[in-house]
Amino acid sequence: MEAIRKHKGLVCPLNRVNVDTDQIIPKQFLKRIERQGFGQFLFYHWRFDNDGNKRADFILNEPVYEQASILIAGDNFGCGSSREHAPWALLDYGFKVIIAPSFADIFYNNSMKNGILLVKLAEDQVEELLERAKNGRYALTVDLEEQTVKDEDGFNAAFDIDPYQKKLLLNGWDEISLTLQLEDKINAFEEKVKN
Amino acid sequence: MKPKTIVEKIWERHVVHEEQGKPNLLYIDLHLVHEVTSPQAFEGLRMNGRKVRRPDLTYATVDHNVPTKHRNVISDEVSKKQMTTLQQNCKEFGIPLADINHPDQGIVHVIGPQLGLTQPGKTIVCGDSHTSTHGAFGALAFGIGTSEVEHVLATQTIWQAKPKTMQVKVNGTLGLGVTAKDLILAIIAKFGVKVGTGYVMEYTGEAIRNLSMEERMTVCNMSIEAGARAGLISPDQTTYEFLKGKRYVPEGDAYLEAVEKWEEFATDEGAVYDRTIEIDAAEIEPQVTWGTNPSMGGPVSGQVPDPSHYEKQNDRAAIAQALDYMGLAPGTPIESITIDHVFIGSCTNARLSDLRAAAEVVKGRKVHSNVNAIVVPGSQSVKSAAEAEGLDKIFTEAGFEWRSAGCSMCLAMNDDVLMPGDRCASTSNRNFEGRQGNGARTHLVSPAMAAAAAIAGHFVDVRTFSNNPVFS
Repeated sequence: MEAIRKHKGLVCPLNRVNVDTDQIIPKQFLKRIERQGFGQFLFYHWRFDNDGNKRADFILNEPVYEQASILIAGDNFGCGSSREHAPWALLDYGFKVIIAPSFADIFYNNSMKNGILLVKLAEDQVEELLERAKNGRYALTVDLEEQTVKDEDGFNAAFDIDPYQKKLLLNGWDEISLTLQLEDKINAFEEKVKN
Repeated sequence: MKPKTIVEKIWERHVVHEEQGKPNLLYIDLHLVHEVTSPQAFEGLRMNGRKVRRPDLTYATVDHNVPTKHRNVISDEVSKKQMTTLQQNCKEFGIPLADINHPDQGIVHVIGPQLGLTQPGKTIVCGDSHTSTHGAFGALAFGIGTSEVEHVLATQTIWQAKPKTMQVKVNGTLGLGVTAKDLILAIIAKFGVKVGTGYVMEYTGEAIRNLSMEERMTVCNMSIEAGARAGLISPDQTTYEFLKGKRYVPEGDAYLEAVEKWEEFATDEGAVYDRTIEIDAAEIEPQVTWGTNPSMGGPVSGQVPDPSHYEKQNDRAAIAQALDYMGLAPGTPIESITIDHVFIGSCTNARLSDLRAAAEVVKGRKVHSNVNAIVVPGSQSVKSAAEAEGLDKIFTEAGFEWRSAGCSMCLAMNDDVLMPGDRCASTSNRNFEGRQGNGARTHLVSPAMAAAAAIAGHFVDVRTFSNNPVFS
């Protein structure tokens, strides 16, 4: 995965709670055997009507949010199924950072393993960001190294992240290679269980 | 010695490596694989020249995409490709596969327990969020994504931060006609869809002890709908009896030794949880969801809520959006909601006891003329067992379609898809927007409640509708 250190980008405010992975990417698009190309299906039934035309009333379709790379959402983002196609679709569409009060556990892990930075902020801070972003072009700088989210008008919030997850993201490491360095320990564990 | 929970006991026996500032590296005893979340993982192995470390601890089946009507007619080329890809991957990496025409084929969470692969004290993963089902046996079982699938294939381990533990204590006993499905739906309605985030839930209490293994699977299955990746129940005599004689369970003296080992995993008296929540089983009625997440539901005797009665702006907006999608007006009595479809199936409710419960309601009656109803057994062996008892006849004579095993209309990845506006009483686990088809409306219920709705054409309280003389 690609390392992420500091990201400055435009913001799209998705003011909904409990956004589930069925909305992020509907099941009919899970049949492909590749990792790439899922961005076109992101939020499919919210973005497109039954004839495949863009819905004017969905925020991602507003021209001012087209270039957004930071998504702000409500509580419990990514709940539901374990489909990694959800972070693949978000990443492929162009989102590098998602900010919400909380994320579902499986979605959190899946996103981190693909180099998407998930930032948990307090509910009132997220509300403030949704408010600031709702009128159009709005940029944030998310700094993973110093664990802060800032805009150019004085918004400044610190966030927590597990130090191990942070290290993986900063370095873009392949976790399997790291684990295989511990192969002796896995062998030893298997020997112990056998006896 | 300090009393421990089952989660602590399983955890400490599976730590391969621990190091300051890192999660633990945990050994995985059983890795279940299906066609949808695995192709990219196998491709990753190939690209890096890696092997599957323990194909003998890995077991695969096809379930999400499989046709349930004409078994070998897969009209969708992309679906077909995904299934043949799994065949090729299993062959290349030496993994056992219950393929589409194999007698063991079925929903991955139905066949694991049925074959006895699922056992107390095991760590079990699968690229599917309903892996929590296997927790019913006192296993630590949770869903993972495709990157983690690849990691487990390559190393038979996974990096995991130790979860917090939550006791879900179910006091008292369930009333007549109130099922395990109603219990878990009531828990989620009461505590919400994120109460379990960051936790493993352990279900305890009298009502839980009284449940059969199949009922316990229904409860643990929906732990993820409360936000918990894993939900489990300490093993007891019910667990050991169920496992006796299953194909992958040791026999004779080895079985007795296994039981002794399994008993050690049960939570100790006095063990401390990070959090405890409680519910009174006697208060619970048959449940029906009215909204677009599993916490948006309540008793069948109730009404669709009015968003304006909620204090928080977020709740008002979410409920208004849900009612708009569901095409329901505030205050509508649940029993007056008419349906077009009934789906009895899924890893939540497609085991033999579920089909029996539905058949008992259906027997000698006819499906309402406005309703299309299907039964999709959880596995091919559930299907044969049900046919041996004549359940298929009861369903087909009433007007249900009797299908072959698969995930089917639970997520509608195969041809079993509803049309926009269709309203379905479903024994599955998710009522998200579009889950059963774009624009389709899902109401989650128990198998008996789904069967009753199929006959009546609208929701009814099965306790006043059943054929069973205990209710009259």
